[in-house]
Amino acid sequence: MLMPRIGVFICHCGHNIASVVDVEKVVEFARGLPNVAFASHNLYSCSEEGLGAIRKSIEDNKLDRVVVAACTPRTHEPLFRRNCERAGVNKYLFEFVNIREHCSWIHAKEPEAATRKAMNLVAMGVAKAGLLEPQSEGESNVIPAALVIGGGIAGLAAASSLVSQGIETHLVEKQAALGGMLNEIPVVGPEMIESKDLIENYKRALECSPKAHVHLSSRVSSLSGFIGNFEATIQGGRCDEKVKVGAIIVATGGREFVPNGEYGYGSLPGVMTQLELERRLARGEIPKKVVMIQCVGSRQPGRELCSRVCCNASIKNAIRILDADPNAEASILHRDIMSYGTAAERAYKDASEKGAKFYRYGLEKIPSVKRKNGGLSVEFYDETLDELVALDADTVVLSTPILPVEDVKEIAKMLKVPVDKYGFFLEAHVKLRPVEFATEGIFICGSARWPSSVSECIAQGLAAAAKASIPIREGKVVIEPITAYSDPEKCIACGNCVLACPYEAIEIVLMDGKRKARVNEAKCKGCGNCVAACHNDAMEQKGFDTRQLAAMIDALIKNALEVSQ
Amino acid sequence: MSDFNPTILAFCCNWCSYAGADLAGVSRLQMPPNVHVIRVMCSASVKPEYVFKALSQGIDGVLVLGCHIGDCHYLTGNHRTAKRFPLAQKILRNIGIDERRLRLDWVSAAEGEKFQQVITEFVAEIKKLGPNPLREVRL
Repeated sequence: MLMPRIGVFICHCGHNIASVVDVEKVVEFARGLPNVAFASHNLYSCSEEGLGAIRKSIEDNKLDRVVVAACTPRTHEPLFRRNCERAGVNKYLFEFVNIREHCSWIHAKEPEAATRKAMNLVAMGVAKAGLLEPQSEGESNVIPAALVIGGGIAGLAAASSLVSQGIETHLVEKQAALGGMLNEIPVVGPEMIESKDLIENYKRALECSPKAHVHLSSRVSSLSGFIGNFEATIQGGRCDEKVKVGAIIVATGGREFVPNGEYGYGSLPGVMTQLELERRLARGEIPKKVVMIQCVGSRQPGRELCSRVCCNASIKNAIRILDADPNAEASILHRDIMSYGTAAERAYKDASEKGAKFYRYGLEKIPSVKRKNGGLSVEFYDETLDELVALDADTVVLSTPILPVEDVKEIAKMLKVPVDKYGFFLEAHVKLRPVEFATEGIFICGSARWPSSVSECIAQGLAAAAKASIPIREGKVVIEPITAYSDPEKCIACGNCVLACPYEAIEIVLMDGKRKARVNEAKCKGCGNCVAACHNDAMEQKGFDTRQLAAMIDALIKNALEVSQ
Repeated sequence: MSDFNPTILAFCCNWCSYAGADLAGVSRLQMPPNVHVIRVMCSASVKPEYVFKALSQGIDGVLVLGCHIGDCHYLTGNHRTAKRFPLAQKILRNIGIDERRLRLDWVSAAEGEKFQQVITEFVAEIKKLGPNPLREVRL
């Protein structure tokens, strides 16, 4: 067998690496490593110049494997892999070594130790690279249809966008009508738009299209499959319906947190939540003296989140009350007013000018609500005045946070996607992959992600629809070759891998009359759980196989322990 | 033992702890330069054999870092990790290797500071334990 010819490229990343790590010394070191045919350094490996230099070195030196020591594979691996491919090297014969995030940036004051560590890391990368094998990416077809779970404003926006692109779309809503929480909020601030019009606008797009299938009073009861090929069971009124889709958008929204008796809720008449106030205002019942208390059940130990929308809801309702009755009194007790952006900040100012009073309270001395002369009295410690203040009220409104829907855990389990400690869905990456789950083919939008305003819900819904339509329009998805495979020679069909697999991707099948484990590559997500679960070393994961990882450990032992002796 | 510079190996899962380590870097959080990270897709793909191999050949300490329970990118992978490594520690104890040379912890993608803390604490702990005695045996 031919010995591999590995090329090692150490990146300066401008000053980011080179100001700490002695790059030239690492290059010199790399030249002495087994199977290294060429080593060099680049000012910026990811620049067109740097990439060109790598490609030229590959050609000039007939390199068949490439190691780049630079930043993090989480952002730059695809770029360098593509570059290898351009130079005729299989893109999976590339290994990334992180000497920036994991070295120069965190050992800025120890250049010598950082240089030594960079050498160790490069030796480990080279050891793995020597054992890499070329891989080919699999492909699978995408069913040209989408499923949107939740018919609130985010789901409506997503579904109407998908339908307008000509994509067959199933919209599943648990209530008997579309619109979700917005049905209870007659007017949306700060622009004071009628919710009815907003909902109608998106509903119309669905009603006009033969591609739209709206399932009311329904829920998704089971789901299986993977990107491009999901099968969902929709449980409706009379019978279950099975649908096949290529992508899924989760828009299950949220619910208002109902206080557990705090501030007299449930015991004192006139104490209500912001949503209950919305219902009263919708009926034309305008309070004379209203005190709103912000951050009830949020931004406190145990539930630290800021629900974001409640400050603006209070400001909007204060304006509506004061517009309806200029003699009314509206006071807002807050901990900080979160009127982010231009329109909401303008509304905040508007409300002040119309006579709304804003008082700031602290968590150490929270307000108390009592009965007084047939009405209510709210006593609180005003941080600005530095004294106790009592306000008379006929209505006390508690601004409580949006929390995820009650059955969020079951939905998350069914979709196999993570939620945070409050139950909000966790997207893949807030900045690099917003509205996407780490699980491919499933997308997230609206208040199921975190408390969102109506305009944010719509924007996220449209964003999720745009992303969901990518695989559907492409018609095919690439399967990254980090999947597991079983060696039938070693497999004894014990089934441990089957139990370890979170995706039901492994089956015990008959091969030449013997029971053996077989991995369904299209279902395998490349977690490697089966590899560690296998007692017979029959399971391996492409790109992370046992020999490769063992070689990395050996390289560390050799370079860190033996050399330093 | 002040001049003892331990050599430590860390297995980080791609989705949480490796990303947490990246965040520590981006945030320029400083920590001792003893830890060498191997990226794996999931903490539950780390065979205990890797730990035994490293420790039996003189590596001073091994960290296995995964996503917090409930946050595993692969749903329940880290449940296996959580069961597997305490068992590996027991085995180490039984064969006379200080089980504190293996540490399991959870670092999320948002926890650069936690990563820094785990690394700093673990390096300090290993320094206190001194060099892996098997390092002498091997050489």
